[in-house]
Amino acid sequence: MKDPKSLAFLLMDAPFEQARTATAFRLIDATLRRSVGARVFAYEGAVSLAVTRQKPHANAIHGRTLEEEAHPRPHAWITALADLAREKGVAFEWVNCGLCVDERGSDEAVPAARRGSPADFWKMAQESANTLVIPTR
Amino acid sequence: MVLMQHAMGATVTRYLLIESRDPCRSHAFGLRCELAAALRTDGAEVTLFLVENAVLGVRAAARLPALDKLAKHGVELLADEFALRERGIGAAEIAAIVKPAHLDTLAGLLAGGARAIWN
Repeated sequence: MKDPKSLAFLLMDAPFEQARTATAFRLIDATLRRSVGARVFAYEGAVSLAVTRQKPHANAIHGRTLEEEAHPRPHAWITALADLAREKGVAFEWVNCGLCVDERGSDEAVPAARRGSPADFWKMAQESANTLVIPTR
Repeated sequence: MVLMQHAMGATVTRYLLIESRDPCRSHAFGLRCELAAALRTDGAEVTLFLVENAVLGVRAAARLPALDKLAKHGVELLADEFALRERGIGAAEIAAIVKPAHLDTLAGLLAGGARAIWN
Protein backbone atom coordinates (compact mmCIF):
# COMPACT_ATOMS: atom_id res chain seq x y z
CA MET A 1 0.00 0.00 0.00
CA LYS A 2 1.28 3.48 -0.86
CA ASP A 3 2.11 5.70 2.10
CA PRO A 4 1.80 9.32 0.90
CA LYS A 5 3.58 10.41 4.05
CA SER A 6 6.92 8.75 3.45
CA LEU A 7 9.91 9.07 1.13
CA ALA A 8 12.34 6.38 0.01
CA PHE A 9 16.07 7.01 -0.20
CA LEU A 10 18.88 4.90 -1.61
CA LEU A 11 22.40 5.57 -0.33
CA MET A 12 25.56 4.02 -1.74
CA ASP A 13 28.56 5.78 -0.20
CA ALA A 14 30.70 4.33 2.59
CA PRO A 15 31.06 6.44 5.76
CA PHE A 16 33.81 9.04 6.27
CA GLU A 17 34.46 9.52 2.55
CA GLN A 18 32.00 11.82 0.81
CA ALA A 19 30.06 15.01 1.52
CA ARG A 20 27.06 13.15 0.09
CA THR A 21 26.75 11.15 3.33
CA ALA A 22 26.32 14.24 5.51
CA THR A 23 23.94 15.83 2.98
CA ALA A 24 21.86 12.65 2.83
CA PHE A 25 21.57 12.49 6.63
CA ARG A 26 20.63 16.19 6.75
CA LEU A 27 17.96 15.60 4.11
CA ILE A 28 16.51 12.58 5.92
CA ASP A 29 16.50 14.60 9.16
CA ALA A 30 14.68 17.48 7.40
CA THR A 31 12.17 14.96 6.00
CA LEU A 32 11.36 13.53 9.43
CA ARG A 33 11.10 17.03 10.96
CA ARG A 34 8.34 17.72 8.37
CA SER A 35 6.56 14.69 9.88
CA VAL A 36 7.19 12.72 6.69
CA GLY A 37 8.48 9.18 7.11
CA ALA A 38 11.77 7.95 5.67
CA ARG A 39 12.62 4.53 4.29
CA VAL A 40 16.32 4.12 3.61
CA PHE A 41 18.00 1.37 1.64
CA ALA A 42 21.76 1.20 2.16
CA TYR A 43 23.55 -0.38 -0.77
CA GLU A 44 27.22 -1.24 -1.32
CA GLY A 45 29.53 0.82 0.94
CA ALA A 46 26.62 2.53 2.66
CA VAL A 47 25.93 -0.64 4.68
CA SER A 48 28.93 0.34 6.83
CA LEU A 49 27.10 3.46 8.01
CA ALA A 50 25.23 1.33 10.56
CA VAL A 51 28.26 -0.52 11.96
CA THR A 52 28.47 -0.15 15.74
CA ARG A 53 32.25 -0.70 15.88
CA GLN A 54 32.95 2.81 14.51
CA LYS A 55 35.18 4.48 17.10
CA PRO A 56 35.65 8.18 17.79
CA HIS A 57 39.21 9.45 18.08
CA ALA A 58 41.16 12.44 19.34
CA ASN A 59 42.88 14.78 16.87
CA ALA A 60 46.57 15.12 17.69
CA ILE A 61 47.23 17.46 14.75
CA HIS A 62 44.74 20.03 16.09
CA GLY A 63 45.49 19.21 19.73
CA ARG A 64 41.94 18.12 20.51
CA THR A 65 40.98 15.47 23.03
CA LEU A 66 38.49 12.71 22.27
CA GLU A 67 35.69 14.79 23.82
CA GLU A 68 36.69 18.05 22.09
CA GLU A 69 36.95 16.36 18.70
CA ALA A 70 33.47 14.81 19.08
CA HIS A 71 34.14 12.70 16.01
CA PRO A 72 30.92 11.88 14.20
CA ARG A 73 29.78 8.28 13.98
CA PRO A 74 27.11 7.64 11.37
CA HIS A 75 25.70 4.68 13.31
CA ALA A 76 24.75 7.17 16.05
CA TRP A 77 23.09 9.37 13.42
CA ILE A 78 20.94 6.41 12.30
CA THR A 79 19.85 5.80 15.89
CA ALA A 80 19.11 9.53 16.27
CA LEU A 81 16.97 9.47 13.11
CA ALA A 82 15.04 6.45 14.43
CA ASP A 83 14.46 8.30 17.72
CA LEU A 84 13.30 11.43 15.85
CA ALA A 85 10.85 9.37 13.76
CA ARG A 86 9.43 7.82 16.92
CA GLU A 87 9.04 11.29 18.47
CA LYS A 88 7.27 12.54 15.31
CA GLY A 89 5.14 9.41 15.03
CA VAL A 90 6.22 8.68 11.45
CA ALA A 91 7.70 5.63 9.73
CA PHE A 92 11.42 5.01 9.70
CA GLU A 93 13.15 2.06 8.13
CA TRP A 94 16.84 1.41 7.54
CA VAL A 95 17.56 -1.68 5.47
CA ASN A 96 21.07 -2.87 4.64
CA CYS A 97 21.72 -4.90 1.50
CA GLY A 98 22.55 -8.35 2.95
CA LEU A 99 25.05 -9.38 0.29
CA CYS A 100 26.86 -6.04 0.65
CA VAL A 101 27.01 -6.63 4.43
CA ASP A 102 28.48 -10.11 3.96
CA GLU A 103 31.08 -8.88 1.46
CA ARG A 104 32.29 -6.28 3.94
CA GLY A 105 31.79 -8.18 7.19
CA SER A 106 29.69 -5.23 8.32
CA ASP A 107 27.18 -7.30 10.25
CA GLU A 108 27.37 -5.59 13.66
CA ALA A 109 24.70 -2.97 13.04
CA VAL A 110 22.62 -0.69 15.24
CA PRO A 111 19.18 -2.06 16.23
CA ALA A 112 17.46 0.52 13.98
CA ALA A 113 18.96 -1.19 10.92
CA ARG A 114 17.86 -4.52 9.54
CA ARG A 115 19.17 -6.84 6.88
CA GLY A 116 17.36 -7.09 3.56
CA SER A 117 17.83 -7.25 -0.19
CA PRO A 118 17.34 -4.95 -3.21
CA ALA A 119 13.77 -6.29 -3.31
CA ASP A 120 13.19 -4.23 -0.16
CA PHE A 121 14.18 -1.10 -2.06
CA TRP A 122 11.69 -1.92 -4.80
CA LYS A 123 9.03 -2.32 -2.10
CA MET A 124 10.03 0.96 -0.44
CA ALA A 125 9.81 2.79 -3.78
CA GLN A 126 6.39 1.22 -4.41
CA GLU A 127 5.08 2.20 -1.00
CA SER A 128 6.51 5.72 -0.73
CA ALA A 129 5.28 9.00 -2.16
CA ASN A 130 8.62 9.57 -3.88
CA THR A 131 12.11 8.12 -4.19
CA LEU A 132 15.55 9.71 -4.32
CA VAL A 133 18.63 7.75 -5.37
CA ILE A 134 21.89 9.33 -4.24
CA PRO A 135 24.42 7.53 -6.41
CA THR A 136 28.11 7.07 -5.75
CA ARG A 137 30.78 7.93 -8.34
CA MET B 1 3.82 10.19 -9.38
CA VAL B 2 2.13 13.31 -8.16
CA LEU B 3 1.39 15.93 -10.77
CA MET B 4 0.75 19.53 -9.86
CA GLN B 5 -2.52 21.03 -10.97
CA HIS B 6 -1.96 24.04 -13.19
CA ALA B 7 -4.22 27.06 -12.76
CA MET B 8 -5.70 26.41 -16.22
CA GLY B 9 -6.61 22.87 -15.30
CA ALA B 10 -3.73 21.23 -17.15
CA THR B 11 -1.28 19.08 -15.25
CA VAL B 12 2.25 20.32 -14.83
CA THR B 13 5.06 17.99 -13.85
CA ARG B 14 7.69 19.32 -11.47
CA TYR B 15 11.30 18.26 -11.91
CA LEU B 16 13.98 18.61 -9.28
CA LEU B 17 17.58 18.53 -10.42
CA ILE B 18 19.99 18.27 -7.51
CA GLU B 19 23.52 19.27 -8.41
CA SER B 20 26.38 18.46 -6.04
CA ARG B 21 29.49 19.00 -8.15
CA ASP B 22 31.50 22.16 -8.67
CA PRO B 23 30.12 23.52 -11.98
CA CYS B 24 33.59 24.69 -12.99
CA ARG B 25 34.96 21.14 -12.71
CA SER B 26 31.96 19.15 -13.91
CA HIS B 27 31.82 18.84 -17.69
CA ALA B 28 28.30 17.46 -17.44
CA PHE B 29 26.94 20.53 -15.60
CA GLY B 30 26.22 22.27 -18.91
CA LEU B 31 24.35 19.21 -20.19
CA ARG B 32 22.18 19.13 -17.09
CA CYS B 33 21.45 22.85 -17.51
CA GLU B 34 20.38 22.10 -21.08
CA LEU B 35 18.10 19.36 -19.73
CA ALA B 36 16.59 21.78 -17.21
CA ALA B 37 15.97 24.37 -19.93
CA ALA B 38 14.45 21.76 -22.26
CA LEU B 39 12.09 20.51 -19.55
CA ARG B 40 11.04 24.11 -18.87
CA THR B 41 10.46 24.71 -22.58
CA ASP B 42 8.21 21.62 -22.56
CA GLY B 43 6.10 23.33 -19.91
CA ALA B 44 7.36 21.64 -16.76
CA GLU B 45 8.17 23.37 -13.48
CA VAL B 46 11.89 22.93 -12.86
CA THR B 47 14.02 23.54 -9.78
CA LEU B 48 17.80 23.30 -9.81
CA PHE B 49 18.90 22.77 -6.20
CA LEU B 50 22.63 23.22 -5.65
CA VAL B 51 24.28 21.41 -2.74
CA GLU B 52 27.86 20.76 -1.60
CA ASN B 53 30.51 22.09 -4.04
CA ALA B 54 27.86 23.02 -6.60
CA VAL B 55 27.17 26.19 -4.56
CA LEU B 56 30.60 27.51 -5.63
CA GLY B 57 28.92 28.39 -8.91
CA VAL B 58 26.37 30.75 -7.38
CA ARG B 59 28.88 33.45 -6.45
CA ALA B 60 28.16 36.47 -8.62
CA ALA B 61 31.89 36.60 -9.36
CA ALA B 62 31.76 33.10 -10.86
CA ARG B 63 29.73 34.54 -13.79
CA LEU B 64 28.20 31.29 -14.96
CA PRO B 65 26.24 32.02 -18.15
CA ALA B 66 24.40 28.69 -17.81
CA LEU B 67 22.70 29.86 -14.60
CA ASP B 68 21.67 33.19 -16.19
CA LYS B 69 20.16 31.27 -19.10
CA LEU B 70 18.21 29.00 -16.74
CA ALA B 71 16.87 31.98 -14.80
CA LYS B 72 15.67 33.50 -18.08
CA HIS B 73 13.90 30.23 -18.86
CA GLY B 74 12.11 30.46 -15.50
CA VAL B 75 14.00 27.65 -13.77
CA GLU B 76 13.99 28.12 -10.00
CA LEU B 77 17.57 28.28 -8.70
CA LEU B 78 18.13 27.35 -5.06
CA ALA B 79 21.37 26.86 -3.10
CA ASP B 80 21.78 24.98 0.18
CA GLU B 81 22.36 27.67 2.80
CA PHE B 82 24.43 25.25 4.92
CA ALA B 83 26.77 24.52 2.00
CA LEU B 84 27.09 28.27 1.38
CA ARG B 85 28.00 28.92 5.03
CA GLU B 86 30.44 25.98 5.07
CA ARG B 87 32.28 27.57 2.14
CA GLY B 88 32.21 31.10 3.54
CA ILE B 89 29.94 32.44 0.79
CA GLY B 90 28.02 35.37 2.23
CA ALA B 91 24.64 36.67 1.11
CA ALA B 92 26.21 39.69 -0.58
CA GLU B 93 28.33 37.44 -2.82
CA ILE B 94 25.45 35.38 -4.19
CA ALA B 95 24.07 36.09 -7.66
CA ALA B 96 20.64 37.73 -7.41
CA ILE B 97 19.04 34.99 -9.52
CA VAL B 98 19.79 32.36 -6.82
CA LYS B 99 17.95 32.00 -3.52
CA PRO B 100 19.57 30.36 -0.48
CA ALA B 101 17.34 27.59 0.87
CA HIS B 102 17.27 25.07 3.70
CA LEU B 103 17.23 21.35 2.93
CA ASP B 104 13.71 21.41 4.33
CA THR B 105 12.71 23.02 1.01
CA LEU B 106 14.27 20.07 -0.81
CA ALA B 107 12.42 17.61 1.44
CA GLY B 108 9.19 19.52 0.73
CA LEU B 109 9.69 19.31 -3.04
CA LEU B 110 10.30 15.56 -2.78
CA ALA B 111 7.27 15.09 -0.54
CA GLY B 112 5.27 17.07 -3.10
CA GLY B 113 6.14 14.49 -5.77
CA ALA B 114 8.81 16.30 -7.79
CA ARG B 115 10.66 13.95 -10.10
CA ALA B 116 14.19 14.09 -8.78
CA ILE B 117 17.63 13.37 -10.17
CA TRP B 118 20.78 13.65 -8.06
CA ASN B 119 24.02 14.49 -9.89
